[in-house]
Amino acid sequence: MIAFTYIEPANIEEALNTLAQYGDEAKPIAGGTGLINLMKQQLVQPGYLIGLRRLSELKAMSSSVPSPDQGKARWESSAPGGLGIGSLCTLRTLETSPLIRQYAPLLAEATRQVGTIRIRSMATIGGALAHADPSEDLPPAMIALDARVQLRSRTRVREIPAAEFFTGYYETVIQPDELVTEVAIPPQPPVTGVAYIKFLPQTQNDYATVAAAARLGLQADRISDVRVALGAVGATPLRARKLEDHLYGQIPTSAALRHAAELVADMVDPIADFRGSASYKREMAVVITRRALTQAAAMAQCRRAG
Amino acid sequence: MRGSGTIQVNRCGPQSRPLVSGDMRTISLTINRNRVTSEIPDNRLLIDFIRYDLGLTGTKEGCGVGVCGACTVLLDNQPISSCIALAVVSDGCEITTIEGLAEGEPLHALQQAFVDRGGFQCGICTPGQILAAKALLDSNPHPTREQIQAWMMGNLCRCTGYYKIIESIYAAARTTSGESRKQATPSDPPRGQGEGFRRGRI
Repeated sequence: MIAFTYIEPANIEEALNTLAQYGDEAKPIAGGTGLINLMKQQLVQPGYLIGLRRLSELKAMSSSVPSPDQGKARWESSAPGGLGIGSLCTLRTLETSPLIRQYAPLLAEATRQVGTIRIRSMATIGGALAHADPSEDLPPAMIALDARVQLRSRTRVREIPAAEFFTGYYETVIQPDELVTEVAIPPQPPVTGVAYIKFLPQTQNDYATVAAAARLGLQADRISDVRVALGAVGATPLRARKLEDHLYGQIPTSAALRHAAELVADMVDPIADFRGSASYKREMAVVITRRALTQAAAMAQCRRAG
Repeated sequence: MRGSGTIQVNRCGPQSRPLVSGDMRTISLTINRNRVTSEIPDNRLLIDFIRYDLGLTGTKEGCGVGVCGACTVLLDNQPISSCIALAVVSDGCEITTIEGLAEGEPLHALQQAFVDRGGFQCGICTPGQILAAKALLDSNPHPTREQIQAWMMGNLCRCTGYYKIIESIYAAARTTSGESRKQATPSDPPRGQGEGFRRGRI
């Protein structure tokens, strides 16, 4: 393991001051499940690691919906009527949270499928965003939920929509002096169905070969709201806007969903690797998108009836 | 490791990972119910701290990248991959390794079940399997076979084909009926992960 200096700030102010001081010589570390592997491969070689584990202010969730597992957030959630998730909440916490399951079941469903129980015990939602592997499970779900990511530095706060957060392979809009502090899930449209389908033809403890997250809202019989986001199909997670525009206002028949899913074939740019060739992944992206749309539509129709 | 008092810190390595001079820090933690204070370099991995600094070689290194689960230990009762954790994250925390599972002479129910049911062959993955299973039974004292399979999915075994591992855990769960019947957390999935993966018959 490379040599580095480990610093463990006691609170957020200290952490942000330290980041401002060391700039891009420093990397924040949360669970470390992504970062330590990058360091072992010497792809990332920070002189300073800023350990975040004492920042308990970032381990709370807040919401206007009363819930048994609601903690005391450091500041008001930036999504009034929505859900604010502290960036240091572990994936295991999200997976088991009654609040998340009730309010953002799509996020719970995607989180449940990340890696293994050991990864989920350490990895955090903020770390997953910052790591930005394009095959991760959380980003497509967050895009489909219209989630916003809060970034703080010593001098400013800003919020970035999840769809605009990822800029390339392991690259995001995070500046060297910034920390991910909160993920905000806005109020979701009523009568909504959601799905996250992770295509794993080989081993279960892996990243997706391709993945699709979908959210469909219905008004009368017609699609009034639609979000579709794909994972593992390019250098970043992909929001399938063309597909969304196409589906808006339609009745979600299986023919309509099948035709819509075919549109992703031209949108994706998958990387060939041991999980499959680019053409295979392209073909499966269409199939998995169709399945996600079908599942989300069925759930929405169920909710409308019930 | 048994009994009270301090642990003798036994520096027997780490030949394969040279000690880097520079920043050292002191960490204090509880490991297997014993209080330990130790001086380590910042970049010491938890697995190396456990195996070399503490001499607890029951924890094994398999892949080194957090995938295989051989290095599983419990950090504050949560299963983690010690090969991708820094030793410093154990400061102020509780670590359980395989050596600390049994209290006193009798084996823990899980260990006994693995012995009785043939849950291991070469044994290299076994400490990790048992600790992961311990975390499962703490969370869900009476899991179904499917729930066991889903939870244990990340602990790989090259020898057994997994059937006996699952049987051992299932049997151990049924022998711990003396413990208070804790409500299972709703987290534990009734089915495995992902689509496209063919699930075997168990």
